[in-house]
Amino acid sequence: MGESRKIILTVNGKRYEEEVEVRVTLADFIRHQLGLTGTHLGCEHGVCGACTILFDDRSARSCLMLAVQADGHDILTVEGIAPSADELHPLQQAFHEHHGLQCGFCTPGILTTLIEFLRDNPDPTEQEVRIAISGNLCRCTGYQNIVIATLDAAKRLRAQATQSQANPAKSR
Amino acid sequence: MKPPPFRYYDPKTVSETIGLLASLENTKLLAGGQSLMPMLNMRFVLPDHIVDLNRVEGLSYIRETQGALEIGAMTRQRDLEYSDAVRARWPIMHEALLQIGHRQTRNRGTIGGSLCHLDPAAELVSLALGYDASVTVAGPTGQREVPFTDFPVAYMTPAIEPNELVVGVRYPQWAAKHGYAFVEFSRRHGDFAITSAAVLLEGDASGKITRASVTIGGMGTAPKRARDVEGALLGQVPAGTLFRDACESCRKLEAIDDVHAPASYRQHLAAVLSRRALEKAHARLLDAHERAH
Repeated sequence: MGESRKIILTVNGKRYEEEVEVRVTLADFIRHQLGLTGTHLGCEHGVCGACTILFDDRSARSCLMLAVQADGHDILTVEGIAPSADELHPLQQAFHEHHGLQCGFCTPGILTTLIEFLRDNPDPTEQEVRIAISGNLCRCTGYQNIVIATLDAAKRLRAQATQSQANPAKSR
Repeated sequence: MKPPPFRYYDPKTVSETIGLLASLENTKLLAGGQSLMPMLNMRFVLPDHIVDLNRVEGLSYIRETQGALEIGAMTRQRDLEYSDAVRARWPIMHEALLQIGHRQTRNRGTIGGSLCHLDPAAELVSLALGYDASVTVAGPTGQREVPFTDFPVAYMTPAIEPNELVVGVRYPQWAAKHGYAFVEFSRRHGDFAITSAAVLLEGDASGKITRASVTIGGMGTAPKRARDVEGALLGQVPAGTLFRDACESCRKLEAIDDVHAPASYRQHLAAVLSRRALEKAHARLLDAHERAH
């Protein structure tokens, strides 16, 4: 056992105080120590994008960070995307309806990547969506439906934003 | 695929960092981690100590000073990509940034990390050479400026001592009316380029080229200025086969053979990509002059 440190961080809105070995990657920490196995590990060297999480609202590959670097920071994993246990996020709903996943291994990384992307670019073109997910490999090669689902999700999110603007009391 | 054991330090200041570097051996500095972390995961590097720069204050900034863009070493590629100053006055950097890795890696990757990792195909490294940038290096005796031409001393080896770190880089500004293009060829979007060409052009009212910078990346052990091409353009009004003929000299640049491509292919790409970059940059130069009227 090498050097360890105590870290305090927020994951999906929940505060954690954990002792972690300094060489442990953020991805392994999230999976093994926090038990949040929705974050997947494909290549473990920053190529496949499966382990993408949001680090202070920005997408990042959790296999290319150390858990100690997350001390004092805010993390969102795929488990934290849905608004509640019985309701999907519009992006997840669109993936469900458009068959945006086959085996599902790459899905957590793609969803987290797209959450940030659609926030930056609420009305993207098909080409922009393809570039946005260029760092996420889907070995089922199901990209077509992923792109269709993303464009539909963008539409739903825009409608949601317009609605909550018109009716602020009802918005979450 | 797990990093080897190491001691970890997260200093808060540059002087604390320099103190650590002076007292430790076999140390690696961790910036954005988009190159070092894969190397640790695969155990290509086995450092005894990791000094993490992510909590060092004052290393993340984008500042415009007289005629130059000053960038802190820990500035994320993403922050440069979204910078209005970069887009307006260093537009080639914006074009190059969009070709660096992916959104997820640009969110973490830093300019200082790119320059020190010094991959010969790295976009920001090519631009540093093309702009004649200067690198600010801090060490036990203070700061020193290193012109980027002197920065690469060997393959992926920057001119910094084990007890020093890069704290910033300065990219001079070109005329408000200039042409630019960053063109690269890679097998997949976001991959390191097999070969790239970065072009900056200035011209006068008569259409003559008055200043040219042509940098070829991914060819040799570090990016290289295509001085023969630059020389062939100066004082010329581009027409006919000027660009095509000038770029032929790129086939004589030294190139490496590796798993991605043989040297001859890189030399061919250098000639083709530099011509395409020149054509694109020249069209933008003409456009800039036209818009001014």
